[in-house]
Parts: sequence; C-alpha cells; structure tokens
Amino acid sequence: MSVRRQKLYSKEICACSIFGAMSRTGERFTGERVIRAMANMHHRGNGLGGGFAAYGIYPEFREYYAFHLMFTGDARAQREAKRAAEEFLFRNFDVVHDEEIPHSDDVYVRDPPLLWRYFLSPSKHGEDIHLPDDEYVVRKVVHVNSAIDNAYIFSSGKNMGCFKGVGYPEEIGRYFMLDRLYRGYLWTAHGRFPTNSQAWWGGAHPFGLLDTTVVHNGEISSYGTNRWYLEMLGYKCTLHTDTEVVAYAVDLLMRRQDLPMEVVAKILAPPTWETIDRMDVRERELLTTLRRIYGPLLMNGPFAVIIAQSGRMIGLTDRIRLRPLTVATRGEMFYISSEEASVRLISPSLDSVWSPRGGEPVICELDGRLKHEIAAPA
Amino acid sequence: MDELQMEIPCIRTFNESMIEIDASHMETRELNNLLREIMLCGYEKVVLRNVCGQRYIGTRLYSPQRRVMTIEIYGTPGNDLGAFLFGHRILVHGNAQDGVGNTMESGEIVINGRAGDVTGMSMRGGRIFVKGDVSYRAALHMKEHGLKKPVIVVGGTSQDFLGEYMAGGIVILLGLYRAHTARFIGSGMHGGAIYIRGEVGEEQVDSSVLISRPDESDMEILGDCISDFIERFPDLSLDMDYVLEGDWTKLSPRSSRPYGKLYA
Repeated sequence: MSVRRQKLYSKEICACSIFGAMSRTGERFTGERVIRAMANMHHRGNGLGGGFAAYGIYPEFREYYAFHLMFTGDARAQREAKRAAEEFLFRNFDVVHDEEIPHSDDVYVRDPPLLWRYFLSPSKHGEDIHLPDDEYVVRKVVHVNSAIDNAYIFSSGKNMGCFKGVGYPEEIGRYFMLDRLYRGYLWTAHGRFPTNSQAWWGGAHPFGLLDTTVVHNGEISSYGTNRWYLEMLGYKCTLHTDTEVVAYAVDLLMRRQDLPMEVVAKILAPPTWETIDRMDVRERELLTTLRRIYGPLLMNGPFAVIIAQSGRMIGLTDRIRLRPLTVATRGEMFYISSEEASVRLISPSLDSVWSPRGGEPVICELDGRLKHEIAAPA
Repeated sequence: MDELQMEIPCIRTFNESMIEIDASHMETRELNNLLREIMLCGYEKVVLRNVCGQRYIGTRLYSPQRRVMTIEIYGTPGNDLGAFLFGHRILVHGNAQDGVGNTMESGEIVINGRAGDVTGMSMRGGRIFVKGDVSYRAALHMKEHGLKKPVIVVGGTSQDFLGEYMAGGIVILLGLYRAHTARFIGSGMHGGAIYIRGEVGEEQVDSSVLISRPDESDMEILGDCISDFIERFPDLSLDMDYVLEGDWTKLSPRSSRPYGKLYA
C-alpha cells in the first residue's frame, strides 16, 4: 500500500541559530534583547531546542558553584532522581542554598523536567582532598550525569548559568523569565534544528562544564573519534549530542592543560596540510606537532561555535568556514551571530561588522581587573 | 492598472507607480506574497523600510509579461536576497547577508555595503554590484550559457574560496580598500574569469587556475563593468582611469574538466 502525503511540508528548512552579546566593560543587562535577537532568527530552528548561557547573574553567590539540575521522566522518576542526586550532592558539597529554578507557567513548553538549582562549595573527603576545586567539581558532575538515572547537571560554573529546553529559544527565554529575573554581562543563545539526534531537554544547547559553555551550529562528523579520546581522559558523553564534545575538549585543553585559546583553535580547527606546508619553519613545527598530538581532537565537519567562559566570549568556525558567523561591535558591546539582522535589530548602528576567517578565533575579553572582580572574587 | 486588493496598514502609496512598505513585524512569506501582489498590480517601484532578516526578497517575482520593478531596501535583508531574481532591480542601503543572488536569472542587485557568504551562488544571469567586501565563497558555481553571462563587481575584496567550482560568468574585485588575503581562490574552477586589481600571490590561487595578465579584450570587459560600478556608487568619487590603470590579474581555468580523470 502506498502512503500519500496529505500535506506539503511548509517549513522553510534551515539550520541552527547562534548568538552572543557581551559588554566589555562588564555592564550587566537582561536577556530581553538577546531573546528578541533570537526570535528574529526563529525560522533557523524548528522548535526542538533553545537555550541560553548567562554570565554574571548570581553576584550574591559568586563564590559558590551554581549547579542547575534537571530531573527527567514521570513525576515519580523525577522525585527519585532528585532524592538520589541530592543525597550525592549533600555528601560531597556544602550546599548554601537551593531552590526550584523559577519559570513561568504562562509559557507552554512540552514535557518540562523538574528544574532545580544548588549553590555549593566542595566538601572533600579521603583521596579527593588533594584535588583542586575545579577538578573535584568536574568529577562529581561526570558522576551524577553518568551514574544517577534521570538526573543531569547541565550548568556547573560560578556566577553563571545555563537555561535550556525543548522549544523555540524565545519560548525557553520567556519560560525561564530571562528578560526579567537575570542580568548578565555576557549572554550566548541557541536555536536548534536537530539533524541526527533526538530532541530532549538535556540535548538542547548550551552545553557546559564549569564555566565553559558552547553553542553550536553545524555537525561534528568526527564525534566518534573525539568522544573516544575524551572518554579515555575521564569525560563521559551522556547527552546524545555531538556538541557536548566541544565543551569537554575546551575544558581539557584550557583548564587542565592551560593552553591559550589561539592554540586551542588550531587543535580544534587546524589549517590544512597544504597551508601548513607553506608556513615558516617554527610555525610549521608547532602546527605539525599539534596535529600529531591532538589529532583525535580535530573537529571535522561544518561548524560555527560560540564558546563562553567567565569574562570571555569566543567565536570560531571550522577551518573552511562551512557555517555562517558574523561579528559586530558597537561601543563597549561585542556581538557574534549567525545573521547580521539579529544584531541590527537590537543595535541598529554598529561600529564594525565582519565575517571571521575559518579556523581563526574571534576573542572578546573583559579587561583584566573586571574579569577578576566578576569571575573570581577574592 | 489593477488595484491592490488589500487593506494593509503597513502600505503607503505615493503615486500610481510607487509604493512603500513598512516591513517591521512582517514574516518572510508575508512580505514576499505582498511583493508579488504589488508586481502583479503593475507598480514600478517599491520601497521597503525596516527590513530585518526577511529572506528571499525578490523571489517568486516572475510574470509571463516579464514585469520588472525596482525594490529599494532600507535595513538588513535576510539570506538569499534576490533568489531566482527575474529581471528586477534590487537596491540595498546597507549590508546584505549570505546568499545574495542565489541562482539569480536576470536583473541587478546593488549593495551599498558588504555582502556575506556565497554571494552570487549558482547565479546564471544578471549583475551584482557590491560596494564593500564579500565574505566566503562568492560566485560559488556561477554559470553561463549562450548570451547569458552573470557579472559580479566587488569594490573591496573577497574572503577564501572565491569562484569555487565556478563554471562561467565574470567576477571583478576592485581591491579599493585593502590587500587581498583570500586563499583557495578558484578551487575547482572550470569556466568563466576572475579579474583582480591589486597583488595576488600564486599561493592564494588554486593550482587548477591559470594566472595571466588581462589582454585588450579583457580590458574592454573591465571598462564596461567598472563604468557601471562607478555610476552606481557616485559617493565613492572613483576615477575610471585610476581604477583601470591598477595592477590587474586575470584568473581562468586551466581545464574545463578539472576532475575528468578523478572518476574515470
């Protein structure tokens, strides 16, 4: 029996949207303009994922790690997941405050999980006592996400937070009331068009570990190799989405191995061998060495990402730029977007607009003093 | 002339031939449907204000009578501006995004700013004039047939993969503002010609491309296209001789079948 299509598919099929806005002077602003910019790229997504990362939003708790957790499944599974996760958290951390993440019931979203946040500091025991705080937190996050059913820590940095779910980004933004409840100096956002993985709340962007978050447009076809390499080094990929590996790779290279972003970009998106051959001796040796050592972290396939960390926002595309990314500045504001129109919507006049070169990161940072005040208070 | 049978508050009619639309809060489809109605009513000029990301502006504007109008855009048009454009003239006061003139058939697009990735992708006729720079992969798989020969003239420069898989047509970079740093120019190129004013290193150009000096007939083509460029951007106050006397390089394909042996 033949199946007839009753209705023509009328969606203008497209791709993900990514957006980032940062005030270089550290001035904090609500998510209202970011939500509007994302809504302007509504047609790039398909309502199966939207999310935001916001930095500088928890100044009153800035010395504590802010964990955002989602508990999935039916009501009973959620309760059980929360109980198990809390038992683990209270055993390994001093929790100074916890509450449900506020959301608006006026916004309809499909199957929202139970969302809870915890402000905490490490309480180390036994062998863990010698671990640096960040490493301790990463290990505990990996444990919860891989060993406790239906519980996922999707945000674990200080003075920042991820908010994400299944829906269009503007719906998710209003669901979490990002336009009213939070003020940050750096926001990134994502509208999702899932291509080869299912849509679920944990699979929405941003992906984060500690204060590093990633939003991504494209497809990482080297996911298998990248994942295998990262899992050898203690990471566990639990969110069924390729973008996850970018967050862990950045954590490995920048936090654990202390490499500068310029070098990290050359590992994730290295120049072609042809280009390397034309470089002078020193550069050629560096690039050749990086490709030898970090071959399994090469991100193959088309991608544009915005990576954010405390006090810093980075835009990067694959080396031959197979996904769009536009950068713009206006005064102290710095924008990265899939489309210029979204930036123009919230900032009609711009000082400069350009398309970054493939494989070359565009980095915006707070000045050193501000970074210290906002991100790592004494 | 037919009356425009719509009561839409965003429309202002100035006279029988000109109409103005406030495009803020208008969806892509809504705007393009309206443009089609306007064309069918016989208007010669439409001014779009507050455009912000609406796509495909100028598409679906084919009529058997070959009606042609001028579309003037204020704001930032979305991707694929002038896709399949059929003889109309589009003028943008500002920057354009990706895919300007995608598979354009005929007509003209003038960008008073910069244009994004894949400008003139698969273009098969008509002309695009960009005052500023173009981003990656301009003229990607541009093609020509018989008398139809698309032309892109760029005031500034281009980023990598200019003329990738180019199969026909003409691309001209005037290099007015800065040096050319694009790499992989003409990768897989097998037709058409790229003319670049200003220095281009051999290492910037794909090995399938022949680098030469333009001859007299080339200079004639350049003269025609550049005089049209100057006419469209009077505020640049460009001198024709100054532009033509620059250091010109011509890039053309070594072979019309660069991958002939690859799959043999």
